[in-house]
Amino acid sequence: MKRWYLFVPLAIFVALVILFSKGLTLNPTAMPSALIDQPLPEFSLPSLASEKRLLSRNDLIGEDSLVNVWGTWCPSCQHEHPYLMKLATQVPIIGINYKDNRADALQWLQKLGNPYAVNVFDKTGTLGIDLGVFGAPETYVIDQQGMVHYKHVGVVNEGVWQQRLKPVVDRLRGEK
Amino acid sequence: MKRIFLKLLVVISIALSANILAAIDTYEFADEQTRQRFYQLNDELRCPKCQNQALGDSNSPIAMDLRREVYRLLNEGKSDQQIKDYLVARYGEYILYRPELSSHTLMLWLTPLILLLIGLAVVLLMIKRRKTQTAAPTLDVAEQQRLDTLIQQDVREKSEPKPTSNKNGELK
Repeated sequence: MKRWYLFVPLAIFVALVILFSKGLTLNPTAMPSALIDQPLPEFSLPSLASEKRLLSRNDLIGEDSLVNVWGTWCPSCQHEHPYLMKLATQVPIIGINYKDNRADALQWLQKLGNPYAVNVFDKTGTLGIDLGVFGAPETYVIDQQGMVHYKHVGVVNEGVWQQRLKPVVDRLRGEK
Repeated sequence: MKRIFLKLLVVISIALSANILAAIDTYEFADEQTRQRFYQLNDELRCPKCQNQALGDSNSPIAMDLRREVYRLLNEGKSDQQIKDYLVARYGEYILYRPELSSHTLMLWLTPLILLLIGLAVVLLMIKRRKTQTAAPTLDVAEQQRLDTLIQQDVREKSEPKPTSNKNGELK
């Protein structure tokens, strides 16, 4: 069979079909976080509860915990809030109130419950930019030293916790 | 009726223009060169929230924040590279429309070059093959003689009227 090269286009076609069908199953919005295995950035911002109380990186770290970026303007945050209330009994959750209105946020916590150990009030989104936040809700897993180990973009629910976040938290706790 | 329509048109155009105004944020620049750099960076940086829109194109809140950030860094006297590095450290290489050359972007940069080289190789091969095929074939003496007689025969047949065609000019 000397004319094997006639099958080259077919082979290329098959290879492309495989490549593209793989591409179809990928999530185009998935963006690997640049912060994985990096320390949580330094910051100095007021707490949500009190304008006078300044929080910094050191106030957030010390335990293996979740860092949850939220805002009252974000419908998905409202959606995930009941689950965070449940989750708060299993793991400390640090809140970053992102580009929000203080009165609205406080009212929201009063009405729906407060799952957060502490809340940073990031009015202008500067900490958000340092964290690489591009939309709420986003949830990070950090260790005792404040290293970021995982980032989840989107709503945290039972499935996400069991399959993605819990294994990371368990691993961190096991390493102690 | 016409009046109502006209009023409606005015309302719609006002609503639309408000929308457009909202998308434009105003920045003042020290000089023309900084302004150009700002727009260049806005074109080359990608909005992390919206698929395939440049920072400068996008109306999303995060794009506005990042434009403000770029503006702030420009005013601090940072170079283009420093600004890009700053954003890559936070948002990853995703944010660059023109990714840096590194081990995991090597394929991205080299594939077009490799394809071009393959194309060139194929074209060269085809040219070479065509040349060898069209080169005058060499015949030995016997073959040449046979060719000559065939040609002569052919010429003779053509110059004689064809006895085999019928009256209608159809060939049998």
